[in-house]
Amino acid sequence: MTPRAAGAPDAHPTRPGLQLRETDGATGRARQSPGAGQARPASHSGPEDDGAGPLRPGRRADGKRALHALRPPRADRANALHAGAWWLWALGLATAASRTTNPLLLALLVAVAGYVVAARRTDAPWARSYALFLKLGLVVIALRLLFATFLGSPIPGTHTLFTLPEVPLPEWAQGVRLGGRVTAEQLTFAGYDGMKLATLLICVGAANALANPARLLKSLPAALYELGVAVVVAMTFAPHFVADVARLRRARRLRGRDDRGLRALLQVGLPVLEGALERSVALAAAMDARGYGRTARLPRAVRLTTAALTLGGLLGVCAGTYGLLAASGAGYGLPVLALGTAAAAGGLWLGGRRAVRSRYRPDRFGPRAWLVAASGAAVGGLMIYANSYAPAALHPVVVPLTAPELPLWPAACCLLGLLPALVAPVPPRPPRPPRSPRSPRPPRPTEDRPRKETAQ
Amino acid sequence: MIRFEDVSVVYDGAAKPAIRGVDLTVPEGELALLVGPSGVGKSTLLNAVCGLVPHFTGGTLRGRVTVDGRDTRTHPPRELADVVGTVGQDPLAHFVTDTVEDELAYGMESLGLPRDTMRRRVEETLDLLGLTELRDRPIASLSGGQQQRVAIGSVLTPHPRVLVLDEPTSALDPAAAEEVLAVLQRLVHDLGTTVLLAEHRLERVVQYADQVIVLPSPGAAPTAGAPADMMAVSPVRPPVVALGRLAGWSPLPLTVRDARRRAAPLRERLANLAPAPRTGGRVPALTPTRAPAAVAERLTVRRGRAEVLRGVSLSVAAGETVALMGRNGAGKSTLLAALVGLHRPAAGSVRLGDLAPHRTRPAELLRHAGLVPQDPRDLLYADTVAAECTAADADAQAAAGTCRALVAELLPGVPDDAHPRDLSEGQRLALALAVVLTARPRLLLLDEPTRGLDYAAKARLVGVLRELAAAGHAIVLATHDVELAAELAHRVVILADGEVVADGPTAEVVVASPSFAPQVAKILGPAGSGAEGTPWLTVAQVRDALEAAA
Repeated sequence: MTPRAAGAPDAHPTRPGLQLRETDGATGRARQSPGAGQARPASHSGPEDDGAGPLRPGRRADGKRALHALRPPRADRANALHAGAWWLWALGLATAASRTTNPLLLALLVAVAGYVVAARRTDAPWARSYALFLKLGLVVIALRLLFATFLGSPIPGTHTLFTLPEVPLPEWAQGVRLGGRVTAEQLTFAGYDGMKLATLLICVGAANALANPARLLKSLPAALYELGVAVVVAMTFAPHFVADVARLRRARRLRGRDDRGLRALLQVGLPVLEGALERSVALAAAMDARGYGRTARLPRAVRLTTAALTLGGLLGVCAGTYGLLAASGAGYGLPVLALGTAAAAGGLWLGGRRAVRSRYRPDRFGPRAWLVAASGAAVGGLMIYANSYAPAALHPVVVPLTAPELPLWPAACCLLGLLPALVAPVPPRPPRPPRSPRSPRPPRPTEDRPRKETAQ
Repeated sequence: MIRFEDVSVVYDGAAKPAIRGVDLTVPEGELALLVGPSGVGKSTLLNAVCGLVPHFTGGTLRGRVTVDGRDTRTHPPRELADVVGTVGQDPLAHFVTDTVEDELAYGMESLGLPRDTMRRRVEETLDLLGLTELRDRPIASLSGGQQQRVAIGSVLTPHPRVLVLDEPTSALDPAAAEEVLAVLQRLVHDLGTTVLLAEHRLERVVQYADQVIVLPSPGAAPTAGAPADMMAVSPVRPPVVALGRLAGWSPLPLTVRDARRRAAPLRERLANLAPAPRTGGRVPALTPTRAPAAVAERLTVRRGRAEVLRGVSLSVAAGETVALMGRNGAGKSTLLAALVGLHRPAAGSVRLGDLAPHRTRPAELLRHAGLVPQDPRDLLYADTVAAECTAADADAQAAAGTCRALVAELLPGVPDDAHPRDLSEGQRLALALAVVLTARPRLLLLDEPTRGLDYAAKARLVGVLRELAAAGHAIVLATHDVELAAELAHRVVILADGEVVADGPTAEVVVASPSFAPQVAKILGPAGSGAEGTPWLTVAQVRDALEAAA
């Protein structure tokens, strides 16, 4: 650890090196601190941009070292953030979103998620899905408002905006209303509610954009591998499919037909399907020839135990859950549930032994992944806690109509979700920036290169 | 290592066996080359080695195939995966994962190799195949040659004792092909890997083979033997062998080096002769009244953020044939696509006469430029050849039967009710060409037309294209096939990294670079240039000159 930490400044001796030598006496011990050993970036453009300015001189170098260590390295295969960490982070934000209807807090959550996505997403196809989820969120809000307008809502209100003709309904449909008075309160309530749903969706979209789905599936237990591979193949097929459609539509142009419009799309449909079918057969052949589906021969007893454990475990889980929920069985519910879960897990583990597969460079759940996951969990947890001390601020009243306020502490908690934008490894620039001699090279990559070497 | 004992394969519903009476042995550590015209059952034979025939394809296999002592009847392909590595014709169909590194590891993961072994082998293979720069790239973003190298790498990592390759170099540029073959050579030398490969481009591989297996015609028993002996009887042969047969050398030379050492007498005989112009007559010079068929001026095309073409200027006259060459991913296909308006120029311009192709309606453009894409299947939608022809007539607003007449001319003996997908590569190409030619475009573009074609189909294609050029069509072909360029092109344009790096008469450009020089030019060398100093490029030139002199 120490030699690497000491070696790092030498790798790039110009400014940081000089600067370190100045403060060397003060930081003699800090140099050997464990924090300095891990992922320590060697170069940085200037010491000022750390935000370490206001620290007192004695601690200043220490703080700078800590910040150095925290500085995200450039993402590559070895230090890529575990896909699960992104999902945990996003689910934390989603939990927070589900606990409030305050539009200001929700907007803040969306902004936090959006900022992290903007800062850390890659160029991969799935990363482009974020915009889609944003649009989907807007659609959800619009739908919710539409329903509130036409179907009415039980919210009483005094600020009538307009009145729609009401459709008289038979007696058995009492409680359902079509048309009628539309009040500002109703719409505000529906808007808040829609925003909550939209924020949930956008959080999921953020995870989708940031986590590599293939890597996530690689983290599945071995017994579920077959399921995972089916999904992976389906996912690699989707882009092929899109590419096929594009290629065949271009080919239509070559035949002198229009490449736009629904008819063009329909006419290439059959060849595209044929091509996809041919390719899946060829892929199946290639996978078979490359050893897909090889299984270890297990003794009969082990196979039977696996089946018994998995089945028994699942039954136990069912019985335990029932016990927990039913009024009478609270006593035995928890132990049965625990036993069942353990048995099912054992079954999966034994089942995994049937597969002979090994895993190539699985993602590690490293300190950065823990930080990312923890920041999400913190946002979710603190928002749940906030419900106990400031419920009114988290659920602004709509009757009477009041402007929502931004509660200080919950808002500060939301900002914790920005942590990934600081600690997660920075994705590399797009693979081929224009290399023409006229346009100057973007300065970042050259500057980052020594950093990558020392970050291993 | 590989043994075939009286093997015959009949596919379900087929009247005749695909292969019959195959008795073969490929000893350990040999590189065996399987040759034969298209459609003689080469792929069937290859797939029988890895067990895909009959376990995957269906059909009936008689006789016995054993690999490393394992009988393929009792071992399905996955149980053979640790001894046989197979790469099919289409590398894209081979990939299971989405990035290069994962793809290299996939086979080893299936076999359950330990993690540190996998890591080491992936690194070795990345170096061996020159893929280090690409390790994190999505496979879909790679060029054809890079994909082929990844596909080979992905079966190399489990260290199989037998490698089976179906046309491993047909999609590659000459340099990349040599790299791949050097890798195979090294595997055979250093690791004792047994390699069985089928390849149409014999000029690239025949000198590396220890054994050549010839499948002369469908259903005929194969014969195997030393490369030089087999080339004497093979129906397909590379130019170096053809020249050797023409000059009556025995034993036949297989490498340019062998041939050059024996070529002194031939050089003397040719010293006072001049190569005939290869294509019918010279290209009429451009006069102010006759506009060129296509002009690109300082053309820049972008894909996403990458500039695929940068400031490319190219002009093609009517009646002229231009070969676009350059390594995989140099921008050849993009230039062709830009000429038919599939890409909008980011800067510069493309003109076809007075049309800007990307702003022209497809139906109008059809009469000015036609492109036969790399995969001719893209162009074919209908269920039968006849329906395809009718549709082509309608698209081009040509008289009924125009396309069918062209098909009959290019592709005699194809029944009307054949399904386009059931045709062989060469037949499909001819059909797509006929479809494009129905509108009689002034500019004809072909992308990699000889991929998967045997020498006979290639010779037919050369004949057809020459006639078209003589009839005043301007032809641009993107190709890796130097022999094709030598036979056909008036001019060669070499692209590198989206820029034109060479543009000039074929004889000059092609001979100037060793990787683009055809075999005949290499053999008859600078000293063997013809009387006017023009180099000999093709066997046909030499034959004609000798016949004329006799």
